Amino acid sequence: MTRKQRRLITIGSVGAVLVLAVGLILAALNDQIVFFQGPTDIVEKDLPLGQRMRLGGLVEEGSLERFEDSRVAFKVTDGANTVAVTYQGILPDLFREGQGVIAEGELIGARAFNADTILAKHDENYMPKEVAETLKKQGVWKGNE
Amino acid sequence: MIAELGHFALILAFVMALVQSVLPMLGAVKRDARLMAIARPVSIHMFLMVGLSFAALTYSYLVSDFSVANVVQNSFSQKPLIYKISGVWGNHEGSVLLWVLILVFFGALVGAFGSNLPAPLRAATLAVQAWVVSGFLLFILATSNPFERQLPAPIEGNGLNPILQDIGLAIHPPLLYIGYVGFSITFSFAVAALILGRLDAAWARWVRPWTLLAWVFLTLGISMGSYWAYYELGWGGWWFWDPVENASLMPWLSGTALLHSALVMEKRDALKVWTVLLAIITFSLSMLGTFLVRSGVLTSVHAFATDPQRGVFILVLLCLFIGGSLSLFAWRAPLLKQGGIFAPISREGALVFNNLFLTAATASVFVGTLYPLALDAFDGTKISVGAPFFNLTFGPLMVPLLLVIPFGQSMAWKRGDLLAVAQRLYAAMALALVLALVMLWSWGADNILAALGVGLAVWVMAGSVSELWSRGKFSSVGPLKGIRRIVGLPGSAWGTAVAHFGVGVTVLGIVSATAFQTEVVLTMKPGQSVDVGSYQVTFDGLSPATGPNYIEDIGRFTVRKAGVVAGTMTPSKRVYEASRMPTTEAGIMTSGVSQLYLALGEIHQDGSLDIRAYFKPLVLLIWLGCVVMAIGGGLSIMDRRLRVGAPTPSRRRQTSSSGTAGTSTSGAGTSTGAGS
Repeated sequence: MTRKQRRLITIGSVGAVLVLAVGLILAALNDQIVFFQGPTDIVEKDLPLGQRMRLGGLVEEGSLERFEDSRVAFKVTDGANTVAVTYQGILPDLFREGQGVIAEGELIGARAFNADTILAKHDENYMPKEVAETLKKQGVWKGNE
Repeated sequence: MIAELGHFALILAFVMALVQSVLPMLGAVKRDARLMAIARPVSIHMFLMVGLSFAALTYSYLVSDFSVANVVQNSFSQKPLIYKISGVWGNHEGSVLLWVLILVFFGALVGAFGSNLPAPLRAATLAVQAWVVSGFLLFILATSNPFERQLPAPIEGNGLNPILQDIGLAIHPPLLYIGYVGFSITFSFAVAALILGRLDAAWARWVRPWTLLAWVFLTLGISMGSYWAYYELGWGGWWFWDPVENASLMPWLSGTALLHSALVMEKRDALKVWTVLLAIITFSLSMLGTFLVRSGVLTSVHAFATDPQRGVFILVLLCLFIGGSLSLFAWRAPLLKQGGIFAPISREGALVFNNLFLTAATASVFVGTLYPLALDAFDGTKISVGAPFFNLTFGPLMVPLLLVIPFGQSMAWKRGDLLAVAQRLYAAMALALVLALVMLWSWGADNILAALGVGLAVWVMAGSVSELWSRGKFSSVGPLKGIRRIVGLPGSAWGTAVAHFGVGVTVLGIVSATAFQTEVVLTMKPGQSVDVGSYQVTFDGLSPATGPNYIEDIGRFTVRKAGVVAGTMTPSKRVYEASRMPTTEAGIMTSGVSQLYLALGEIHQDGSLDIRAYFKPLVLLIWLGCVVMAIGGGLSIMDRRLRVGAPTPSRRRQTSSSGTAGTSTSGAGTSTGAGS
């Protein structure tokens, strides 16, 4: 095998792996990413049902209801609009009314959301950046900055 | 007083770092022995100063000095001793100080034990290391001073975040940081070599043990962190593809690639430019990880109190170091001569394959972690990239890598014989195939991925065993001599086989715990039972208890297997006094390497409670495999051939000046069993 052939093989295989990696990444970026929406986005944007998304905002005071087999329902608000969320499972320790929350799942109707994941935080002073910005947009942000 | 002492020691260390940044480098370039001689004592004294500073902070924690703001915010006088110590790095300021402490520690190691390095390379390496030290010391002094006073001093502190009050905090961050920061030495070596314009196989011989050392600690640190999150967060998950986790995975992946490419450079003098680039990239990713974790720009489940203003400072440092080193690389790399040609089918070829896929995997994690950030900056769209993305990109890139491991480690250098290697591996191949087919047959076509995964894991494990076995050459030398041959194999051969075996063990754990876990979520009344996997779990009742600094409700559960009591489990919900913060302590019962996992949810008025129960078969293998990998790395470090100039002191003197210390033993590693 000549030097030139070796170089061709090397460049060819590097190219092949590169194409494979880029292809995989692009394909995954196309349908595996999840958009973040606030309650106002959901009301105003007319988003398709059944699409995975993340919903963030505050858990509305007095909206949490508990049912059989760890099913819960609560409302997420950004001060201007609210969306009803249903979830089956165990809520994170720091899930509280009046606190920030991120729910991942899908829209099941106008202003109705079914979550399969509720994101927990390690730290009670910590507000997810997206939630903070949603609240700032609606002018109900009470934190510093 | 003590706090001020710590602060002054830190300032002194900063001044030393500035001196260290300039003079030894000048000396190395101008070949001035007096200037170069500064590097060693300063590197050691810098370590002593930062060590003193760290000791001062630890002392403030131990005596609960609440006039120090950092202690007030993160400690509590009733806190158990171990958490007072580990609390030192359980916060932003302390953790950056630990980071720098390890940075100067590695510098001091090079200073103290680098006597067999050529003087210019040692001086330049220590100078580059000092650039990084000055940058991060300035960061601490300017934005994150842990010794700031708070007057008047409050009577009691705020307490440490309850999640952090765990033995995990004492172990995980130090291990992880030693790994992260350990790559700084490799980085400094690379930049120094670029500046001096000299790079040979001996350089790779010096770099490889440092890379291995950092890699071993990073491996342990990541796996320990994963296990901590698994039992502490109460979600039963062990990897969430969270940005903070990815930040540690990226340097691990590229560090693994570096480990393998340095091998090619050491043995065959090829892939030089690439190895240097990888060394720069790996530490850059470590710094990027520090930035991501410390700045809070990404939404993470593991995020603790973060501060965006500080993020900007680290970002500037990051641009300076990464941009600077990559520019230097672009400018100086063309000067490096490429050597050592090899056929595509060879040990080198396999290692190139390994590097290709590992860097592609690093890139996929990089894109998935930073794309949301870029998109947000670009048009304000908020997205999250989660497990599905990584399963689709990272997963497929790992499969070819795993498939090739057994071939690669059995291949001869320079020109390999694929057929001969395949013949030696036929037993491993057959075992893996038969197992995969049996599982496919017994579980049905739905579990085809799981069956293939198990097959792949067994293939990697059996491949490693068969590699060691075949090096014994039992058929030609007989059993006794064969065993002696295997035992006497060099450390790096054992290291390779053991580390690759560990990879297989981890893969087996991941496949099994993912594909065959049972999850049950339900509300239970006292006396009620539920089936979880092959176990029956009975809820006996709830009882309150008091810990040193918390109160808790303990759920008492009896676990039976086929009617026989197998054990009791006591998951609990705690509320910590200092912060009123509730946490969930999962109950875990280990049987063999499988685990039954119970986490409590809401406790209802009528005494019933929500529980989440998992049965995770073989889940412990995930972390045990990582430990095996780390042991493999350790065996490799012990290989005496890696020690520069190992033979005799008189020869070391000869070789260290000419920089060809590698030549005396370089032939030994190339004649692996594959040649026969």
